[in-house]
Formats: sequence, C-alpha cells, structure tokens
Amino acid sequence: MPTAQRFYLREVLDGVALTAGHFFRNMGRHIAHAFGRPVKGAVTIQYPEERRPYSPRLRTLHRLVRREDGSPRCVACMMCETVCPAHCIYIVAEEHPNPEIEKMPARFDIDLGKCVFCGYCVEACPEDAIRMDTGILEFSTYDRRSMVYTKETLLALEPADPDGRPRSLIPIPPSRAV
Amino acid sequence: MADVGIAIGRVAFVMLFVLNLGGLLGWVERKQSAIMQDRIGANRASIFGLRVMGLFHPLADALKLLAKEEFRPAHADRFLYWLAPFVSVFFGLTAFASIPFGPVIEVGGRQIPLQAVTLNVGVLYVFAMLSLGVYGVMMGGWSSGNNFALLGGQRAAALMISAEIAIGASIIGVIMVYGSLDMMEIARGQGELLWGWLPKWGLVTQPLAFVLFLTAGIASTKRIPFDTPECESEIIGYFVEYSGMKAGMFMMADFLETVVVAGMTTALFLGGWQVPYLAADGFHFPGGAHLGMPAALVVFLQVMAFVIKVSVMIFFMMLIRWTLPRFRYDQAMRLGWLGLFPLSILNIVVTGLVLLATGGPAS
Repeated sequence: MPTAQRFYLREVLDGVALTAGHFFRNMGRHIAHAFGRPVKGAVTIQYPEERRPYSPRLRTLHRLVRREDGSPRCVACMMCETVCPAHCIYIVAEEHPNPEIEKMPARFDIDLGKCVFCGYCVEACPEDAIRMDTGILEFSTYDRRSMVYTKETLLALEPADPDGRPRSLIPIPPSRAV
Repeated sequence: MADVGIAIGRVAFVMLFVLNLGGLLGWVERKQSAIMQDRIGANRASIFGLRVMGLFHPLADALKLLAKEEFRPAHADRFLYWLAPFVSVFFGLTAFASIPFGPVIEVGGRQIPLQAVTLNVGVLYVFAMLSLGVYGVMMGGWSSGNNFALLGGQRAAALMISAEIAIGASIIGVIMVYGSLDMMEIARGQGELLWGWLPKWGLVTQPLAFVLFLTAGIASTKRIPFDTPECESEIIGYFVEYSGMKAGMFMMADFLETVVVAGMTTALFLGGWQVPYLAADGFHFPGGAHLGMPAALVVFLQVMAFVIKVSVMIFFMMLIRWTLPRFRYDQAMRLGWLGLFPLSILNIVVTGLVLLATGGPAS
C-alpha cells in the first residue's frame, strides 16, 4: 500500500464525497418530485402497485385457446403431454359431437407446481390451442393441490396486453377460494 | 421543591432527547442509506393507511422484537446473560448526562445550567460511561456460552481499548486549550473569538484532534467501518445468542453511543450550544454591528443550535457508516495503536508548545 493510502483520510473523504453527492442529488430530486416536478429521486419500482412492462415473448401462465363457440381448440392429441419434460400435463380425451373433429379434452390439468415454464407444450401443439401469454406470474398458493389448474380455469384466461399487462385476474383455484 | 422540579426537568429533557433520537436513528439509517443508494427505503408500515415516509417502521420493529420468543441457550450464565443488554443500554443512556445542551440561564434568581448533571470532571464522566458500556458487550459475549460469541466479545474489548486510548489522548489538547474538564466551561470557552472574527471552536483550535477523536469515536460505537465485534453480515458477533428485544437493546445501545459521540463531538469541537457571534444580549458581528434579542430567544437559538449540530454529526457518521467497508481486525488495531495514539501524543506536544509560545491557556 502506498504511504499516502495508509493514512486513509484522503480515500475516506473521496468515498464520502461520492456518497454524499448521491444523497444530496437524490434528496433534491425527491423534493422537486414532492412539488410536482417530473423527476424521480430513486430507481425503485414500487412493485405491487407499479410494474415493469413484461416482454411480449415472456412465458407466463398458460391458457387454452377457445373456438368461436367457446369450446376448447384442443383436440386432445396428447402432443403436449408427451413432450412435457416435467410431466405436469394430464389429459383425458373424449368424443367430440362434431364428426369433423376427432376428439376434445374431457380433462386438461396442468400442475403448475411441477411446470418448468419451458414452453415446449406451446411449440408442440399442432392446433395452436395452448399459449403462455397471459402475463400472469403471481399464482402462489398455500397448498400443492391448489397449484393444479383445470381446463375450465385455463379456458377462462385472456391474453395479456401488448405491453405484457395481464387482462385476466389471477385465477383462484376452488380449494383456495375463501 | 422547585429545585427538585428543575432537576427532574433537566434530566427528562436529556433522557427524552437521547432516547427519541436513538429510536429515530433506525429510521434515519434506513432512509439515508436508501437515498444514498438511489433507492426509496422502507415505507410500508402504516397506521390507518398513513405511511409518513416510513416513520412507523421503528415502532413496528419494536413491537415485533417485543413479541418475539426470548430464547436462552442451555449453557448460558442465567444472570449475566440477562443483565448484559441492560448494562449496554444503561451506560449508553447515562453517558449523555454531563453534555451541556444550553448555557447557564437565570430564572427567578436561580442559576440553571442546561445540562442534566453539573460535573466539574464532565469529560472524564462521559469517557467512563462510554468505556463501561463495553462491559455489557463482553458480558453478553461471555455469558452466552458460545465460543464464537466469546470471540466477538474479545474483539469488542480489544477494539474498545485501542479506541478509548486514542479518544482520551486526543481530547487532552482540547482540555489544554480551554483549561477545564467541565463541559460547560469548554462550551463557553468556544464562544470567544480568535483575531476578532473567527469563533474559537475546537474544530479551529484543534483540527487534528477533531479527526482523531471522530475516528476513535466511530470505533467506540462499534459500527461500520469498525464493526469487527458484531460482523452482523457474515462472521459471528457477541450477540448471536440473543433474540427478541434483548438483541434489539444491543442495537439500541449502538445507536445511543452514536448519539453520545455526536454530542461529545459537538460539545468539544463544534462549539457546543454556541451560535457564532451570539452573546447573551444578541448578535455582536465582527464589523461592530449589533442586533439585540430577548434572552429567551437567545437561549432557544442556542439549544436549537446544539440539536442541529448533533443532528449534522449523526448524519455525517451515518454517511461514513454507509460509505466505507469494514477495517480488518489487524488493520483496526494498527490504526488505533500506530496511527491514532501516536498522532494524539504529537497533538498534545504541539498544543503545549503553541500554548507556551502564545502565553498559556485562554482562561
């Protein structure tokens, strides 16, 4: 260590000048902000009230795409269930009333406690029936069973706004509803 | 009867000042560090939706700490383990007693010095109390029955001794210049003017001692950059085994010591309650201009000056705490014994020579 640094004083004053500079600059901005000027004294985003816009490519909570009549577009081909590396999709197929369409899902459950959000199900789907564009990320629950989302819940979800803001409310599975 | 009332009033003022400031420091620390780091800081605690810039957070902290489980390790010494946090806080609180927050005022023929206790060895009293505070820390480290806590207590003791020596030696220069150990006399002496215009504050007459005292004072508060006794963030300090409000009291003691060191610095180096050029009957500016003032206003201004000076010193100490990394144990020891202590001795010698050349102490 050079002799000058051994006295620490100069280094301490340099450091204090830097942090004090930040303090007074930010303090001035906070005061200006309080008087209605459009400056911000901090880079903080106050999370639950304010959110950063998500990228449109972000993979968020799944939804099942609906046909015009509201029934699922899914044909229960089991592609997504097969490709899923986490084995979190569970499908039971049934006959579709329309003879032009072979099958439709009787059950379509996704266990989000297992899902790794890889997006393979979206890529594997030949019918573009499952998408991960709801913009919803906060679906915490108090027990594992509530992490299983059913066909009805997934069908009810809407895609997010272009800036990634979710349009649907966070779905509350039945066992969690109070 | 009136005398007892006055005495209680003086003590109550100092007590409430130190306690409230100490409690408020938790908020100051959070908010100041946040603003220094381009953040907003804790602002969520609210009463009826009222947030007031996070001012309720210290309150919420205290409630949380009081409601937490009090856990005592099986091997702990029951009595000393219980006593240690109280010792720490007690000496932190009492240390402020002989620091004057205002001049001697005269009400109804009574001389009332504005300090909790009038002591003619006030400086030594504050040091004694500050040094005794470390016993709480050592007790806590030893009685926890945990070897890591014991090591933390030992680090505290070693750091305290090297800091105390430098504190004691660095203020000898101040005592020589003002010719008294009474804090009130020292504060009064700082109201005089050098060459007719420069207030004779300790900062002006003893600049080296100011730096040394402040460094050693920060070391004696056991906060960053001298927080080797605690090392909250990664190593283990003396209060590992404490939980709930007992741990809170150790933290509180740190804040109280910060207030005491800020008060000491103010009283010894920043002119105490003196406002520059303000005498008992108003302002006397160096040019000869005079601005008369009622005595009550003068006293109010002087007490406010003391409060503001203490606040500025606390701000500065917080600034240092949130700027510097920690000194390693051996660096702190080297700084204390090979840096601060010899420089303090040098300061005494130079002060003595200057006083000899200029004709004795000012008094």
